[in-house]
Amino acid sequence: MPAIAFHGVEKRYGDALVLRELSLSLPAGQTSAIVGPSGGGKSTLLQLINGVLKPSQGRLEVFGAPLPDDLPAFRRRIGYAVQGSALFPHLTVWDNVTLLARLEGWAPARQRARFEALRELMQLPLDVAERYPHTLSGGQQQRVGLCRAMMLSPPLLLLDEPFSALDPLTRDDLQAHFERLAAAEPVTVVLVTHDRQEALRLAQHLVVLEAGRVVQVGSPAELAAAPATAFVQELVRGGGP
Amino acid sequence: MSSATERPIVVGSKNFTEGRLLGELLAQRLEAEGFAVERRLGLGGTLICYQALTSGEIDLYVEYTGTLREAILPPGQAPGVAGLRAPLGALGLELLSPLGFNNTYALALAGPQARALEVTRISQLAAHPVLRAAFSHEFLDRRDGWRALKARYGLPQSAVGIDNALAYQSLEKGQLDLTDANSTDGELLRFDLRVLDDDLGFFPEYQAVPLVRSDFPAEARAALALLGGRLTEDAMRRLNAAVAVQGASFAAVAADYLRGEGLGPVPQAGVEPVAQGGWLSPRGARIVLRTREHLQLTGLALLGACLLGIPLAMLVHRRRRLARAVLYLAGLAQTIPSLALLALMIPLLGIGAAPAIVALLIYAVLPILRNTLTALLGVDPTLRRVALAMGLTPWQQLRYLVLPLALPTILAGVRTATVISLGAATLAAFVGAGGLGEPIVTGISLNNTALILEGALPAAALALLAEWCFEALEARLVAAPLRRDPLAP
Repeated sequence: MPAIAFHGVEKRYGDALVLRELSLSLPAGQTSAIVGPSGGGKSTLLQLINGVLKPSQGRLEVFGAPLPDDLPAFRRRIGYAVQGSALFPHLTVWDNVTLLARLEGWAPARQRARFEALRELMQLPLDVAERYPHTLSGGQQQRVGLCRAMMLSPPLLLLDEPFSALDPLTRDDLQAHFERLAAAEPVTVVLVTHDRQEALRLAQHLVVLEAGRVVQVGSPAELAAAPATAFVQELVRGGGP
Repeated sequence: MSSATERPIVVGSKNFTEGRLLGELLAQRLEAEGFAVERRLGLGGTLICYQALTSGEIDLYVEYTGTLREAILPPGQAPGVAGLRAPLGALGLELLSPLGFNNTYALALAGPQARALEVTRISQLAAHPVLRAAFSHEFLDRRDGWRALKARYGLPQSAVGIDNALAYQSLEKGQLDLTDANSTDGELLRFDLRVLDDDLGFFPEYQAVPLVRSDFPAEARAALALLGGRLTEDAMRRLNAAVAVQGASFAAVAADYLRGEGLGPVPQAGVEPVAQGGWLSPRGARIVLRTREHLQLTGLALLGACLLGIPLAMLVHRRRRLARAVLYLAGLAQTIPSLALLALMIPLLGIGAAPAIVALLIYAVLPILRNTLTALLGVDPTLRRVALAMGLTPWQQLRYLVLPLALPTILAGVRTATVISLGAATLAAFVGAGGLGEPIVTGISLNNTALILEGALPAAALALLAEWCFEALEARLVAAPLRRDPLAP
């Protein structure tokens, strides 16, 4: 069963049609990358999945069912991380990461154990818990952002360009951390990115979105074998190593 | 004698020396006849007194015929007290017997100049253009004030505006030659001044007359009728001087006068709050009482302004146009002059603490509303989106993200509102709500610096204290990374 299925979804803002005739399945347990030129509707697609945006037409299923009425409870089963980490500046790292667990009524010992496991996986310093976000480096903040997204061990993780706006070395380091995370946790990931190397490195499944339309879906090898558009050709063969 | 009625008779007065003194005189006269009396003395001017009378908050106060003509009734009334009775009757009001004196405007010339130039009449001023003139702002503005007088007498001097109390001091120091005065002003006896004859009969009559509603009880009318026609201008000037120059209390001066006229016996009476703490001097106890009143007024007004401003800002901040409209409205309310605002509220809320608190609330709500809106609109939309996507409920988004981030700015707004309110709460004295404005207003009208300081110093101390409290509050409530005190070392 696919983790996420779109059936004829359309999204418009006023007169602007951002996504059209979107029918698509994303496989469970894998990392899918949504790639395409900017303005192609990638972020919109992501925010349809967690119900932040509603489709103008069509329907979608997540975990095999339509989106429920109790959206907050539903969203807690979906991790979410964005570019720039968006940690809450007035909370310590501990409070940022464990906020949802506390609201869910987790026992302190369980919170601590989960926090420690994630901290170690993300190789964050021992004293990171009581520090405020602004005292951390950009890469550390981003790793804390991933810890926050994964705190409740969600079956689904949505990543909106989480590794952009970082220098190449830090980005490479973060991608390595993400790979550790994806290997350690049984999680379905949907990654929005405009970086072809990132998509090819991290994702087993690619969705190419151009001007609000899906132009090709498949594994990197499948796309390379028969690129549907010039953009796909550029994506899978393009310069670089 | 008449038995006490079910309800005490409420005596009002305006907030200047003669007004208060006459209010006290009426009150003691009624008490001498066995009436229960409540004093609401020192209300903030004609508008407030008149509103309080017509809305039944007070039962009588002393008004002047000239003021009735100029400020209350439409122009063109028949002359004399008799000419006013019919138009007032149509409003459900009545004049009792005039007290006897005419407190009209007068021009006062510094003694040395008056003797050197041999000036005794206003018309003689035309020959001396070098005389320096300064008049009260009201006199400069009024229909029957300086411009009309200057035209009538053909006077060459030009004039600037000045406060009455300051004018006398300037005259004494030789910085000024000519000012306006009230003909019964006690200060005229203190300084070396010559009151000039109004030889062309320019100034209108300002007969002092108790003003009541038509339903005023007959027994009380009879008690007050005995005061009619007794007070000459000279006597009134002396009574005013006893308070303003010699520093006697209103109650004592009024009691002395009534006893002298055989209109006692006078039970002990006083407007001063009764001393409470045994170890405190009467002045100390008075300051404690006034400070407590001041804090109550300010505290309630601020509480109301927070309860109104913060939720209102939360409600409208998502809708840009509505938020703008609410801000404009709050800004508009801020521009209503305080006395006008108080006068507007008397028919709804009466006099006392209620209108004062509401007026303070109206002034305090703008900084709170504006800062809360600014703070809410300033929350990073990405953080909001993340909070939503994480699965926080609307209340949790507010509780864990929006409010903590907005708190420093909201607190700064409440802090501004607090300091504004502590200062503005002095206006409560104008509607009989007490507070530290009471000694300040009385002190200004008596030209008594000690009394002014008795209100001003505790008010300043409260403002300082409030600043400290807010600093402490901020240190406690605001997360460390958000604390950015630009004044911190």
